[in-house]
Amino acid sequence: MNAAPPELPFRDEELLADIVAGLIGDARHVAVGNASPIPATGALLARHRGNGRPYVSLLHSRKHSFFNDGARELFDCAGQGRMDVFFLSGAQIDGEANINLVSIGDYRKPRARFSGSFGSSYLYYVVPRVILFRLEHTKRTLVPKVDFISAAGTSAPNEFRPGGPIALITNRCLFTFNREIRRFSLTSVHPGHTVEEVIENTGFEFDRPSDVPITLPPSPQTLQTIREVIAPELAEVYPQFAASVFGIKQRQAS
Amino acid sequence: MPLMAQSIEDAVRPISDGSMLIVPRDSSGVPMAATRALIRRGIKDLHLVALPTCGLLADLFVGADCIKTIEAAAVSLGELGPAPRFNAAITAGTIEMKDATCPALHAALQATEKGVPFMPLRGLLGSDLLKHRPDWRLINNPFGDDDPIVLLPAIKPDFALFHAPMADRFGNVWIGRQRELVTMAHAAVKTIVTVEKIYEGNLFEDPVLAAGSLGGFYLEAVAVAPRGAWPLSLPDHYGADTAHLAEYAKLAATPEGFARYLEHHVHERRAA
Repeated sequence: MNAAPPELPFRDEELLADIVAGLIGDARHVAVGNASPIPATGALLARHRGNGRPYVSLLHSRKHSFFNDGARELFDCAGQGRMDVFFLSGAQIDGEANINLVSIGDYRKPRARFSGSFGSSYLYYVVPRVILFRLEHTKRTLVPKVDFISAAGTSAPNEFRPGGPIALITNRCLFTFNREIRRFSLTSVHPGHTVEEVIENTGFEFDRPSDVPITLPPSPQTLQTIREVIAPELAEVYPQFAASVFGIKQRQAS
Repeated sequence: MPLMAQSIEDAVRPISDGSMLIVPRDSSGVPMAATRALIRRGIKDLHLVALPTCGLLADLFVGADCIKTIEAAAVSLGELGPAPRFNAAITAGTIEMKDATCPALHAALQATEKGVPFMPLRGLLGSDLLKHRPDWRLINNPFGDDDPIVLLPAIKPDFALFHAPMADRFGNVWIGRQRELVTMAHAAVKTIVTVEKIYEGNLFEDPVLAAGSLGGFYLEAVAVAPRGAWPLSLPDHYGADTAHLAEYAKLAATPEGFARYLEHHVHERRAA
């Protein structure tokens, strides 16, 4: 990920946003948390394609968020099942889609500490389609077993679990998650990357078809929409991202 | 009527060592001037509750050795990365961390708001968060059939502390759209607020302002603190001082750098 002119006719960010938009598909409400500019780009792209549907809530945006009853409104909305898609990440993600946002090593005496679980320990369970997003695809991040479970990938049959992971997008590939068998499956490898490279850099086992397709690159029309319509809108919430990736100048904050 | 304090120091006087203190997330009016006043006073052993996350405020309190326990869904400096003094304290084991998730903190305060002892919350099952929170209970939904659900005990902070755009002379505070401040104030035993300015008139006489106001009934003290959220932002009013925050992140990476920051930006401002 960098701001240099791409060798391919599209930027990595544009490819990933296009995948996100495709995964969102038909939904009524997509919410994007903080520090997620690429998922936000994908959500706004899906909204543009759907002529205003889905409803997109960019938390921390004044314009692209209808929540005005405090932060709890978001969680209450999700708890009722009124949020269809959300994005989560993890310092570690394992092969059963457990995510760790807390620490490495023994929890009581960790070798490294991260921010914390945020809303993941709840939203992962109640939002029907959670898309995992991790741009560092290495054995350090995609591990056999997470050191701390901030939110579990799957639940026992008797546990209330309308939500959960559907996919994991990385800088190298797209995995889809099968909740029945608790395993990821390699869906496609991004242009410029290989299956061997994915196997070598993934700490958990996953399924794959004998022929793994290349991730479809964004169409010229998609690229035009992202660059001319979506990028200027992103500048309100992600000024640094809009500037460094798309060269959109920051407007002065009021 | 709340005390209309002459200084921030007077306003925060009731907050004593060992208090349970709740503060809002970075986008809702963080009481930074009041935090500096408490550090200058040498407050100790705070049980800090974040609604639901915290950044610079928590890191300053931790680095200045004012914290015994933190309860939060996350502690970080946001785009500037990890909270260095917090992370150092956790890995050294010098503070107690009660890891939570955002809606658990909201729900536990809502329990106190309603005067009930606990609140159920979905999610959490199979997480290590639940495993490390012996105060959270797993029960079977008494209205359901084999439906495990988590109960969270009500959180009743001794003090809520936040910064808001304005207050009137009756102690009513205008909080705008930052509604979680209302939940905090309803749940806390005492609420102390710093504001940018005094509103001449009664906020409750104007229906537009009244809808975004918190009644003085809930308040203990109010003090005027212009730019009281600096170097963080006061949403809809002023932005964060990003250059200063970047300098903080750099200095706070080491105990020596943090000590220099504290000396320069917290203690030397005693007379300000």
